[in-house]
Amino acid sequence: MLLTGKARKFSQEDDINTDYIISGRYKFKIQDPNELATHVMEDLDPGFFQRRQDGDFIVAGRNFGCGSSREQAPQAIKYAKISAVIAKSFARIFYRNAFNIGLPLIECDTDKIKEGDELSVDLSTGIVTNKTQNINITIKPLPPVMLTLLADGGLVEHIKKHQGFALGEK
Amino acid sequence: MGQTIIEKIFSRHTGKTVNANDLVVSKIDFCLGQDGTSGIVIDSFNKMGAEKVFDHNKMAVIIDHSSPSPNEGVSRIHKKIRDFSLAQRIHFYDVGQGVCHQIVPERGYVVPGDLVVGADSHTCTYGALNAAATGMGSTDVAACAATGHNWFKVPESIKFICQGKLPPGVYSKDLILYLIGQVGAAGATYMSCEYTGPAIDALSVEGRFTIANMAIEMGAKFGIMNCDRKTLEWIKQHSSRKFKPVFADPDAVYYKVLEFNMNKLTPQVAKPHRVDNVCPVTEIAGTPIAQGYIGTCTNGRLEDFAAACKILKGKKIKKGVRLIVAPASNWILKDAMKKGYINILLDAGATLVTPGCGPCVGTHNGVPADGENVISTANRNFKGRMGNINAFIYLGSPATVAASVITGKITDPRKYLK
Repeated sequence: MLLTGKARKFSQEDDINTDYIISGRYKFKIQDPNELATHVMEDLDPGFFQRRQDGDFIVAGRNFGCGSSREQAPQAIKYAKISAVIAKSFARIFYRNAFNIGLPLIECDTDKIKEGDELSVDLSTGIVTNKTQNINITIKPLPPVMLTLLADGGLVEHIKKHQGFALGEK
Repeated sequence: MGQTIIEKIFSRHTGKTVNANDLVVSKIDFCLGQDGTSGIVIDSFNKMGAEKVFDHNKMAVIIDHSSPSPNEGVSRIHKKIRDFSLAQRIHFYDVGQGVCHQIVPERGYVVPGDLVVGADSHTCTYGALNAAATGMGSTDVAACAATGHNWFKVPESIKFICQGKLPPGVYSKDLILYLIGQVGAAGATYMSCEYTGPAIDALSVEGRFTIANMAIEMGAKFGIMNCDRKTLEWIKQHSSRKFKPVFADPDAVYYKVLEFNMNKLTPQVAKPHRVDNVCPVTEIAGTPIAQGYIGTCTNGRLEDFAAACKILKGKKIKKGVRLIVAPASNWILKDAMKKGYINILLDAGATLVTPGCGPCVGTHNGVPADGENVISTANRNFKGRMGNINAFIYLGSPATVAASVITGKITDPRKYLK
């Protein structure tokens, strides 16, 4: 799968928490994910939703998605038509949530990506190409369990398909 | 090779010996959701084609985050959750019963050795009862509700050894804020933290809940404590379930062992807008505050009100400052009334709100104004957390909040305890 778009970065790189991704002010009262998406990243970067374009990537540092377990966080990103989140590392609950709902997360060194850089991501070869800076960045391979969930189309589809969990446990 | 507590819990649940980094599909003992997450739990449950919760006695839904409903959007979600819970005959706690992380242990649903999954990140609280409890997203909890199982990577463990004894005026909240300040917001990502040592042993079970509650603020998946005489006594008072405590082997393998001495610990505060931005209260004493908040799943228990009342008894909060109080459950509210704590707080000028999450998540009950500083006993101080991105949240113990609302400035509580 080849994804292309611009890099979108924030004033804060590390520890971007799920309250910043979608505020409690909205997630408790709004059920429509398309409406939630209009408030994505609002507390950290007001106007982000208007600035981003379909297919863009959110690019961050370490521990992206820390804090609350709200699944509305990856949902708001996905419905804002962000292709994927690229970060140095992710917090654990957000990581599971994103794959469960089919939002790809990419772990790699993000120091060489600047705001507005044109990126293309090839999930099959595991390479992020920064077209603006003309460099390739290697993606940390996904664990097999996440590949299975992605291939099945998320956790709901996985459970439906297998009538339970089928994750090749050790 | 010896095993950690979490390796033993997963081994018991899967019927084979498993170790850190193994991938397992395990049965779970209990699952839960709250009003901010259960709407999506229900959607995912339905999309999975599930019809019945795997065991209606092993799931609870608690309306606590925005309760009673402040607007029609929330009311719609509450109705959806209420209808589902009643139809499925699961344990259901409607508005005003309390915070999920007080209700679930208090009503006896968790015992040592359990594996619990909750659609709330602070589910790790029950680790104080020697159980493995962790937060997940709504779809993961829907999978638990539908199948009674979920997948887990058995985590590695960090052992925290807390030596010494907390000095007077220094509480479990100060201890956990200090540890988070030391290791950072990602210092225990994906880890199971075992909190051990004489300083932990000396705490009540209530005090231990405060510490396990905040394991997630260092990125941890589990925050677990040993089972001792106090744990057994607490469980006896709250649950009739049979159980077998879990102990780590002496030769268990840890990712890291961190040792701290608590003899000289002072009251700690987390400054805006990060939980790991921690300093001694003395460093920022004098910072003006407009609102204090005592409550939440971190510090809304009887012992917390006792500590606050010790300072506030016979005193008044400063004019122009608000103090909001939300007991963690209606049972705690009743006990606090019997003990006279509620009278002391009201006489001091506090405002009592519904048992539940109160203003912690910024939906109601005390949204601060632009530029205002809040001192709170909650577990998160992210920008906008209490509903206004232009306010500033400091986190401290109930005693620190009580002392600060008297003076209208961040204040070292020890000066009121001499």
